[in-house]
Amino acid sequence: MDIFDVFLLEAVLNGLLLGGILALLALGLNLIFGVIDVVWICYAEMIMIGMYAVYYLHNVYHLPLWFAFAGAIAIVAVGGAALHHLVIRPVLAAEPINQLLVTGGVLFFLQAGATLVFGVEFRNVGIRLPQLQVGEMYLSMARLIAFGVALAAMIGMSVFLKRSYLGTAIRAISQDRRIMPLMGVDPNRIFLVTSALGGALAGVAACLLVLQYDIHPAIGLSFGPITFLICVLGGLGNMMGGFIAAFIFAQFISVGGFFLHVEWGYVLAFLFFIAVMFWRPQGILGGK
Amino acid sequence: MLTLENVSAGYGSFQVLFGVSLEVKAGESVAVIGPNGAGKTTLLRVISKLIDATAGEIRMEGRSLNAVPAHEVIGLGIAQVPENRRLFPRLSIEDNLKMGAYLPAARARFAERLEMVFALFPRMKERHAQLAGTLSGGEQQMCAIGRALMSGPKLLLLDEPSAGLAPVVVQAIFEVVRKMSAEGYTVLIVEQNVRQVLKVVNRAYLLETGRIKSSGSAAELLNSSEIRKAYLGI
Ligand SMILES: Nc1ncnc2c1ncn2[C@@H]1O[C@H](COP(=O)(O)OP(=O)(O)OP(=O)(O)O)[C@@H](O)[C@H]1O
Ligand SMILES: [Mg+2]
Repeated sequence: MDIFDVFLLEAVLNGLLLGGILALLALGLNLIFGVIDVVWICYAEMIMIGMYAVYYLHNVYHLPLWFAFAGAIAIVAVGGAALHHLVIRPVLAAEPINQLLVTGGVLFFLQAGATLVFGVEFRNVGIRLPQLQVGEMYLSMARLIAFGVALAAMIGMSVFLKRSYLGTAIRAISQDRRIMPLMGVDPNRIFLVTSALGGALAGVAACLLVLQYDIHPAIGLSFGPITFLICVLGGLGNMMGGFIAAFIFAQFISVGGFFLHVEWGYVLAFLFFIAVMFWRPQGILGGK
Repeated sequence: MLTLENVSAGYGSFQVLFGVSLEVKAGESVAVIGPNGAGKTTLLRVISKLIDATAGEIRMEGRSLNAVPAHEVIGLGIAQVPENRRLFPRLSIEDNLKMGAYLPAARARFAERLEMVFALFPRMKERHAQLAGTLSGGEQQMCAIGRALMSGPKLLLLDEPSAGLAPVVVQAIFEVVRKMSAEGYTVLIVEQNVRQVLKVVNRAYLLETGRIKSSGSAAELLNSSEIRKAYLGI
């Protein structure tokens, strides 16, 4: 029975670590939706671009890893701003369904583009971090780092949103877009900055994910859907809700996978999602 | 300080203002009165550039506002307290005030102006951490006025600050308006509470169906038979 408990604890802890990175993924999407009211269906594909950026900067151009990371974050941040300027802005006043279709279109565009440019081979930055042994438990070092960075990014974001003028404007604009000019705020600029921030968060996620996963053009499909479900589960646009939902989801996946099979963990998580949607369609904490 | 010359404006093809001309001199407080739907709010929106004038010219201290984008208007010293207050309901009072001080020049003087607003509205100090959406109507109006003052404006535009408030609170709000003009703020106030507003301003314009129907000193308008019949019910 003792041994059993240790493995369960290991599953719970690994779930906690997984929750960190899922929470980071949800944060970016929630930030964008909360402020701009548009769901970036292509969010995970932005992460895919970031992962390729790390690979090319580090493994192809042989730049130091920290530089590749910084470069990837910058590239995806600029990509986020460009996405807003070129794709979202023209449809800001359109029906939500059109906005969804447009960003959905970008998903396929990025996927197909990546296949053409980078090919279908799996790439790997070639960094394999060891498992960390704590007593009788093994924890993934990569996940531990991801957890720490994700937590730091979230705390940083929350301090930024609470304390700075720009952050306060980002919170304000989602509550009353039309009077922002009376405060001297150009709403367009706030949207661009928010999109760049959302992109930067996707870039950070990309840096953490290259430590754990191979890179290929369809990698976005591994995190995209689950990120949406987490956001909806927590209440779309509600950053705190997304945070909590990420950890709940991660436990289902990790502990469910421990008792049954990994795939069963996902099945349980989705069943839980569906059950919550019947009970609280607005999500655990409600929309923004 | 502010002049409007033959300004026309509207929403799409629906014209609301027809060649409105008015002037507000430095240190003056001026009211625009008129019935529902006359275009009073539209007038303030066009001054703040939230909508564009389709004809005519708006000038602030001699500078034309025609080509100025909305978010730069406050930098020229024009702050507006919009109709229905329009606070950010899920931000605290203090964060709402912070938004009023968003411009870099105002940020530098945030602490000092916060003290000034708190001195004017002690209630705001007590409740600085409370969410604006949970305030009473009168408190919201104080917060909205405070937010506009945080930018250190030369000209304050007020859109029906007394609307929907209990009589005692209305008194308090007009007292604040009176105090501000006594302190040297230049004020342009839109009101339906004609009797009260004419007691606190120097001059007024009567706006009906988008046109200035008459104007004069507060005393003149209070005594005009037209206004007494239509707006004061005497
Ligand atoms: N956003 C808008 N879009 C279209 N029409 C509008 C809009 N805002 C106001 N209007 C119309 O413009 C006219 C003038 O409205 P406005 O709000 O300026 O009047 P007001 O004098 O402020 O009235 P009140 O005293 O009721 O606030 C009205 O007929 C109104 O229906
Ligand atoms: Mg009005």
